[in-house]
Amino acid sequence: MAAGETDARIEALNKAVASADDKTAAFIQALSDDAVKLVGDTVVVVKDGKGFDPVTGAEAALPDTAEDVVNNNRMRGELDSALAALKLFSKDDKVRSAAIKAMQSETDEAKLPMIQKAFDAEQNPAIKEQLGLVRAAVLLNSADKSKRLSAAKLLSESKNPNTKTVLIERLKTEDQPDVKAAIEASLRTVEGSLVWGNRLGALFTGISLGSILLLVALGLAITYGLMGVINMAHGELMMLGAYATYVVQGIFQKYLPGAFDWYLLAAVPVAFMTSALMGAVLERSVIRFLYGRPLETLLATWGISLMLQQLVRTFFGAQNVGVENPSWMSGGIQLMGNLQLPWNRIIIIGFAAAVLLAMGWLIGRTRLGLFVRGVTQNRPIASCMGVNTARIDTYAFALGSGIAGLAGCALSQIGNVGPDLGQGYIVDSFMVVVLGGVGQLAGTVYAAMGLGVLNKLLEGVAGAVLAKIAVLVFIIIFIQKRPQGIFAMKGRSAEA
Amino acid sequence: MSTGFTLPAKSPVLSGAGWSAFVLALLVVCAVAPLMNLLAPQDSVFHMSDYAVALVGRIMCYAICALAMDLIWGYTGILSLGHGMFFALGGYMMGMYLMRQIGRDGNYKSDLPDFMVFLDWKALPWHWTFSGSFIATLILIVVVPGLIAFVFGYFAFRSRIKGVYFSIITQAMTFATMLLFFRNETGFGGNNGFTDFKRILGIPIATASMRMTLFVLTGCILLGFLLFARWLVTSKYGRVLQAIRDAESRVMFSGYNPLPYKLSIWVISAIMCGVAGALYVPQVGIINPSEMSPANSIEIAIWAAVGGRATLVGPIVGAFIVNGAKSWLTVAAPAFWLYFLGALFIAVTLFLPDGVVGLVKRLMGKKGERA
Repeated sequence: MAAGETDARIEALNKAVASADDKTAAFIQALSDDAVKLVGDTVVVVKDGKGFDPVTGAEAALPDTAEDVVNNNRMRGELDSALAALKLFSKDDKVRSAAIKAMQSETDEAKLPMIQKAFDAEQNPAIKEQLGLVRAAVLLNSADKSKRLSAAKLLSESKNPNTKTVLIERLKTEDQPDVKAAIEASLRTVEGSLVWGNRLGALFTGISLGSILLLVALGLAITYGLMGVINMAHGELMMLGAYATYVVQGIFQKYLPGAFDWYLLAAVPVAFMTSALMGAVLERSVIRFLYGRPLETLLATWGISLMLQQLVRTFFGAQNVGVENPSWMSGGIQLMGNLQLPWNRIIIIGFAAAVLLAMGWLIGRTRLGLFVRGVTQNRPIASCMGVNTARIDTYAFALGSGIAGLAGCALSQIGNVGPDLGQGYIVDSFMVVVLGGVGQLAGTVYAAMGLGVLNKLLEGVAGAVLAKIAVLVFIIIFIQKRPQGIFAMKGRSAEA
Repeated sequence: MSTGFTLPAKSPVLSGAGWSAFVLALLVVCAVAPLMNLLAPQDSVFHMSDYAVALVGRIMCYAICALAMDLIWGYTGILSLGHGMFFALGGYMMGMYLMRQIGRDGNYKSDLPDFMVFLDWKALPWHWTFSGSFIATLILIVVVPGLIAFVFGYFAFRSRIKGVYFSIITQAMTFATMLLFFRNETGFGGNNGFTDFKRILGIPIATASMRMTLFVLTGCILLGFLLFARWLVTSKYGRVLQAIRDAESRVMFSGYNPLPYKLSIWVISAIMCGVAGALYVPQVGIINPSEMSPANSIEIAIWAAVGGRATLVGPIVGAFIVNGAKSWLTVAAPAFWLYFLGALFIAVTLFLPDGVVGLVKRLMGKKGERA
C-alpha cells in the first residue's frame, strides 16, 4: 500500500479498508501524516523519531537511507476518505456522524460495501438515516440503472446542500431519460426544503446585523438623540471598548489561564468603563463648549476620532489584533441541513436585548434618567429645579460612550479588531438614529432591526455592495418623506 | 447681518487694495511661477522645483473646493459632507477623456481602456459615449456634478432638510456613490480607477511645459472663481444667502422662498468642485473611488474652517496651510500627522471660530486701537 503506482496503491487501500481493523486504521493515519518510510522493500512507521513495524508494532531500525513515501494529491484525497470510512465504525456517536459529514460528497462505488456494512451495524436511528443518504448518493453513480433510479428517489428526503451538488453533478452526465426525470424531481424537492433554510438563515443574519446596529446606535441615541451632540468619535469609542476586551483577554491569558473561558464576563464592565471614562473626559474638555452648535461639534468630534485612531495605532500598532471567542461561544445550533445559528451571534442578540432593557430602565425608571429627560426637554427649568445640568450632561455623555464600549466588546467577538473598526459603522449607525427619529429609543430599535433585516434580504438578491447602496438610497428617500424619522417628535422641539 | 432699517451701501466687488492684491496674485501665477520653474537655472535660489509646481498646483485645486465649501457653508450655513463626491465626479469625467486619449498605447494595445480589456468587455459602455471628445468632456464636467447636485438638492431642500440632517444624508450619498464606483460593473475601473494617462489633446502629459500649463490654468480658474464668488456674495443674492444662514424662518416671513437660493448656490458650489476635480486629475495622474471617502469631504470643511468661514480668501489660505502642513508632516513625521489634523479640528472649532483670517483681523484691529 505504501509503494508502487498510485492506481495500485488506491486499490490496495480500498481492499484494506473493507477488512478494517485498528492496526490498519493507525497505518492509514500514519500514511496521511507523512510518517511512513520505505527501507528497501519493508515499510516502517516513524513515530517520535523511532521506527516501528506496522504489523507487529515492534521497534524497527530506521537507517538514514530510508525513503519518504510520497503521496500525490489524488492519493491524499483517497487516504482522507479512507480514514473517514474507518471512522464510521468508531464507537463514539460524534466521531461517526462527523465521518458521515466528511463522506457526503463521496461518490466512489468502491466504498459502497463498507458503507453498507456500517449501515447494517448502525444502532443510532439519526445516524442510520444519514448513512442511508450517503449510500444513496454513492448509488446514484452506480452502473445499474434501477439502483440509480431508487437512489434518486431516496435522495429527495435529504435536506442537505451537499445532496443538491451531488444531484446536479449526476444530472450533467446522466443519459437515461427516466432516471434524469427522477433526479430532476428529487432535485426540486431538495431545493424546496433548502429554500426555507436559506430564508430563515437570511432572516437570522439580518436580525444579528440588526442587533449589532442596535448596540451601536443605542449609544448614539443618547448622545445624539437626547443631547443633540453629533458624535463622530462614537465609532472610535467602540474601538476603545474592543481594545479593552483585547487587553482583558491578554491579562487572563497571562495570569488566569484556567479561567480564560470567562474573560469576557470581566471584559464587559472594563469595556464599558474605559469608553465611559474617555467619554466623560471628552465631554468635560471639548464637547461642553460646543452645545447648541451641532456643525462645530461634528468637526471637533471628527478631530477627536482621528486622534483616538492614531493613539491606538501608537500603542497597539496598525495591524488588527486577535480576540478569541471563549469556547462556550464557538459552534452553534444546527437547525436544518443548511441552517446553523452560531452561538456568538445568538449571544450578541441576547446581549443587545439586555443592554436595551437596562437602558430603558435607566432612562425611564431612575432618578438619573429623570434628570436626563428633564434637561433634554427644558434645560433652564430643570436648572431652576436644582438639577446640576452640567453634571447631568457629563453623566449622559459618559453613559452613551459606555454603551459604545459595550458595542465594541460585542463586535470584538465576531469581527476584526483594528484601529479603523469604528469607521465602518459610523455611517450605518447615524442612519439608524436618523431613520428612527431623534430622541426616540423605540424608533432606534425598529430602525436597527428593519435596516439589518432589509440589508441581509437584499444581499441575497443583489449582492452585498448593491444591497448597501439600495439601503442608503432608501433612507435618503425615506427622509425626504418623513424628515423627522419613523416616530416624529411632536410640538415645537421638533423644529429646533 | 444688517440691523438697521436702511440697507448698508452696496460694497464694491473688491476694494482698491483688494484689486492690487488680486492683480499681484494673477501675475505670480501667470508669469513669476512659470519663469521660476522653466527659465531659472536649477541651482539658482529663484528656481521652483517640479515638485513644488506639482504640490502648489494640487493645493490650488483643493483651494477651489474650499472656496466652494465657503459659499455653501460659510455664507449659506449648509454644511455639505458630499463635496468630495462632486470633486471626484469631475475628476472621473476628465479621467474618462484621458483614458480614451491613451489610444492603443495601453498594455493590451486595444482601442478600449486596459481595465475593460481585462474585464473582457467588447465595447464601450453607454456612459463613455462622449468621452472621446474634449469639448463634450468639458461640458460634462460642468453638467454631471451640477445635475446630480440639482436633483439631490431639489428633493432635500424642498422637504426642508437642514442642519445636521443634511450633512448626514450628504455623507450617506457620498458613501453610497463610493461603494458604487468600487464595483467593476459600474464601468469606472473599480478599485484602481483610472491611471497611467499618456496625453491630453494629443500632447504628452508628463512634460514640464504641460505641467506648467495646467498650473497656470488652475491658478487662473481659482482666481476667477474667487472674483465670481466675491461678486455673488456682495450682490443682493449673496445678502439673501446670508440672511438664510442667520434666520431662515424670518427670510420666509419676509416673502422670500429660500428654495431657489439654496438650490442655486448648492449647484454652483458643486460645479466648482467638479471643475477642481477635473483640473486635479491630469496633475496627479490618478483618480480612484477613495477620493470619495467620507473623510475627504470632511477635510474640505476643515480647510474652510481653518482659514475662516465667510471670508472667501480664508478658505484658500486654509487649504494652503492644511495641505502644506500635510505634505510636510507626512514626510517628516508620518505618525504625527493625524494627531495634528485631529488637534486642528478641535482647536479651530474651540478657539478660532473665525479662522486664521479672523485671527489676523483681530490682531490688526488691536494694533490699530493701541496706535
